[in-house]
Amino acid sequence: MLFRRIPSAPLALALALVTSPAISASDAELDELRAQVRALRDSYEHRLAELESRLARQAAPAPAPAPAADGRRGFNPEISLTLQGQYRRMKDIDERHLSGFAGASHGDEDGHDHGAGERGFSLDHTELVLAANIDSHYRGLVNFGIADGEVEVEEAWFQSTGLGHGLTLRGGRFLSSIGYLNAQHAHAWDFADAPLMYTALFGEHASYGNDGLQFKWVLPTELFAEMGAEVGRGANFPGTDRDVNGIGSSAVFAHLGGDVGTSHSWRTGLSYLNARSAGRESHFDDVGGEEVEGAFTGRSRMWIADAVWKWAPDGNGGARALTLQAEFFQRREDGDLTCQGEAGSACAVALDSDYRTRQRGWYAQAVYKFHPQWRVGLRHDRLDPGRRDYGANNTNIARDDHAPRRSSVMVDWSPSEFSRLRLQLARDQSMAGETDNQLWLQYVMSLGAHGAHRF
Amino acid sequence: MSRFVLLALLCLGLASPAQAGLKVFATLPEWGALARVIGADSVTVFVATHALQDPHHIEARPSLIARARQADLVVANGADLEVGWLPAVLSAAGNGPIQPGQPGYFEAAAQVALLEVPARVDRADGDVHPAGNPHIGLDPHRLLAVGTALHERMAALDPAQAAVYRANWSAFSARWQLAIARWTERAAPLRGKAIVVHHTAYPYFTRWLGLTRAGALEAKAGVAPGSAHLAALRDALAGQPVLAIVRPPYAPEGPGQWLAGETGIPLLRLPTTVEQSVDEAGLTAWFDELIDRLLAHRR
Repeated sequence: MLFRRIPSAPLALALALVTSPAISASDAELDELRAQVRALRDSYEHRLAELESRLARQAAPAPAPAPAADGRRGFNPEISLTLQGQYRRMKDIDERHLSGFAGASHGDEDGHDHGAGERGFSLDHTELVLAANIDSHYRGLVNFGIADGEVEVEEAWFQSTGLGHGLTLRGGRFLSSIGYLNAQHAHAWDFADAPLMYTALFGEHASYGNDGLQFKWVLPTELFAEMGAEVGRGANFPGTDRDVNGIGSSAVFAHLGGDVGTSHSWRTGLSYLNARSAGRESHFDDVGGEEVEGAFTGRSRMWIADAVWKWAPDGNGGARALTLQAEFFQRREDGDLTCQGEAGSACAVALDSDYRTRQRGWYAQAVYKFHPQWRVGLRHDRLDPGRRDYGANNTNIARDDHAPRRSSVMVDWSPSEFSRLRLQLARDQSMAGETDNQLWLQYVMSLGAHGAHRF
Repeated sequence: MSRFVLLALLCLGLASPAQAGLKVFATLPEWGALARVIGADSVTVFVATHALQDPHHIEARPSLIARARQADLVVANGADLEVGWLPAVLSAAGNGPIQPGQPGYFEAAAQVALLEVPARVDRADGDVHPAGNPHIGLDPHRLLAVGTALHERMAALDPAQAAVYRANWSAFSARWQLAIARWTERAAPLRGKAIVVHHTAYPYFTRWLGLTRAGALEAKAGVAPGSAHLAALRDALAGQPVLAIVRPPYAPEGPGQWLAGETGIPLLRLPTTVEQSVDEAGLTAWFDELIDRLLAHRR
């Protein structure tokens, strides 16, 4: 095949010219022709030798190249494990919460949360991920969060690979694609803890997971445009498990993104989540400062707007890069509240009332990589407890107007893609009357299959 | 809204394979250049990275997902070079025909034998590639072998243009073989010379031209050079005749500059992929430049 490519006509012609009796040719012309032929012959001999050596080279060490090049051969399924732990120094506050925001009250001390947990040394949950193509139609992934005495299935889904036309269907348990940070696991965060807004919206897990279906469509445009919808059980905060046949929660989202020049890229999104609760229990303070239990039944509807801008000189983020990121939410909750408390509290006699809240919040952060292994980050969080109307319970439940806020600064060191050590300082004023200066030393280590560099 | 969706669906219909010419998504410029050589005006080629970017460390940016969404053929390097981002891009693109295992997914490294296949796969050794060193484009012979397989794949995917692809390829491969002969001859004085590399990106190149490797700035592949290792390297290089310290354009200059200052060995920027136009002229200029730069520092 390769030899066929060598044009043989000029060679033949040249040979014919010199071998035939060149009567009219002068000696000089003859010499020139001879020299040309010699050059041609040398050149072809050289190339032939080259081709032969190449053939020999390729023939000898060819241990079935195709399978050898498949790096995933040894990892079916791909397995990865993330180790996370920390030392944390903070005030001893009995019941941490966000002032003015109803949180999910766990009676149990399961300790499985992301960085909001204990003081001193602690192990965050260990994450085990198995993933593989199921067949030519589907890919599957399971993500276990392992902590003392429990294994939590954080994600377990299948996803279509072959629908085409930009369509993807995912089914099972997954982290919702609303917002920017929501679909990221804790080890991928740029700070040791989640923004206050995520804790306010989704409780201590600081992300919204659902059991259900997700449908995504990437539009056939040069500008990245994607829209999607999710429906599911809606068992997680701000909804509750209502044990019904229908849809517990639904979400829609749209993302746009692209590059500007070679050094900038961006993504922005708008999401909407609608969840239902039946008897969602939260702690409130009554007007006398006693703790009372409020059970909410109704609807939570929220909008989240997110934007990320990344800069890297010439698109090469190896040594220097900057990421700016901000998200904003607005949440409305409408329904009924049942307030109950112990004898002596304002709700000693259980009282039903309306419940209407309009709340908002945001965070903005910047992370700058100034060295191949070092990054610094700055983040500010702010929540607005907004309007809260508890109807007949307005006289029983305290409505504190403290606006939770927090400023954090972090520096992290990643000697390789697979390990990261982080120091973080925060001034946390998320609770009325408390200023908590916090310090973290955190490690995040990943073993096994190579993780994805998500945008 | 409904009108917009209708319009979008219409676009979707139009974007189906009825359209002439392949849309190629190439991860590296050299593979984009090959696709352009084969397809000429009959194909649209998008190249996901450029010479100033480290192809290991790309993020699955929205712009890449949008391009992969519309591609008919992905030309990847493979051997885990793009493991950090290409699977994420492909999984988000919702484009079935370009998924690994489908005819619309082509892997260059699967077409040739690889060097430096590690005896053990352990991250303590750095960013190891279990299949072998992925930087195959720097060997023009392997590049030719990849192109031979690629033009066959393109012909199979787009039978209407198959004759054009074959003709373009055979014309190019004849020119390329001549160019290889020219380069081999020009680079003959480099045979046996030693170079120090920043990253192990050049084994195919050094093997082709008979250069030897006197050391690497990265003690472990993909791990930034440390000062202790650099100092040890300086001591080890003392008295050795070394032609140059070479670094890919995306690698930081600092460590190489330090070593160059300490040893007097010149630091060279040797592109690991096509740097100029993503076509035949770019491919040729790339190898011309590699050899010219090394020859200029021959002592």
